[in-house]
Amino acid sequence: MKISARRMDKTTILDISGDIDLAHSTEVRRMVLLEFRENRTPRVILNLSDVNYIDSSGVASLVEGLKASRDVGSRLILFGLSPIAHEVLQLSRLLKIFEIYDTEDMALEA
Amino acid sequence: MNRTGLLLRLELPSDPEILCVVRSAVMRLTEEMGFSTEECRGLTRAVDEALANIIRHAYDGRPDQPIEVLCRRLQNRTGSEQRAGLEIVLVDHGAAPDRKKLCGRSLDDVRPGGLGMHFIQGGVDVMQYTSQAHRNRLRLVKYLPAAVSEPQLTKGD
Repeated sequence: MKISARRMDKTTILDISGDIDLAHSTEVRRMVLLEFRENRTPRVILNLSDVNYIDSSGVASLVEGLKASRDVGSRLILFGLSPIAHEVLQLSRLLKIFEIYDTEDMALEA
Repeated sequence: MNRTGLLLRLELPSDPEILCVVRSAVMRLTEEMGFSTEECRGLTRAVDEALANIIRHAYDGRPDQPIEVLCRRLQNRTGSEQRAGLEIVLVDHGAAPDRKKLCGRSLDDVRPGGLGMHFIQGGVDVMQYTSQAHRNRLRLVKYLPAAVSEPQLTKGD
């Protein structure tokens, strides 16, 4: 899995590629929490368009990020969910909990 | 592919980095057996989550402990009904899990963690757990739809 940050005014986009599974979900969690708790970024957007797989530990990292965003009054936005990522959030009944968009442009305009 | 019996046997370390390899193998195996794309994903997810539970809980994150994965083709006959399917057995020698946690938590409670059991149960038809003499055994079964289970008849039969 690879994760990189694009920082702009009041927004950070985290581009993630590969699998967010037991081996790599802690890195996603660390990066997301860093943005909210240390950098106090008002809006963090996760680009999941190159994510092939998300397991329960990956979902837990996203939920923890969402809670951290609410704690500091920021926003966590997801875009580019693959069918597998969409299915996992659906099975977890979390699709309506997250702010989700199809494309980066839509996420930036939100 | 053999029509009955052992299809795949894997011996792997309890290292999270190996999970992607197992996922690929199970996905390909289930595709070959004729499961639908959704069923293949569900089964693969179930096995992945079960292995993650073994790594995290039975072995407490130690990456060098043994796990065995056995995949067998099932051909069960119940009366006049014949059902084919896939049996996947995971064996470890770590700490036995808390049986109270084997049913999963309510999904209405939005919080991190506790989703793995839902993913396992959602991907299979049968989940059986036994623990004896430091040997934990999780048996997962997914049956093929009837149309795929029935033996193919050739012309003239």
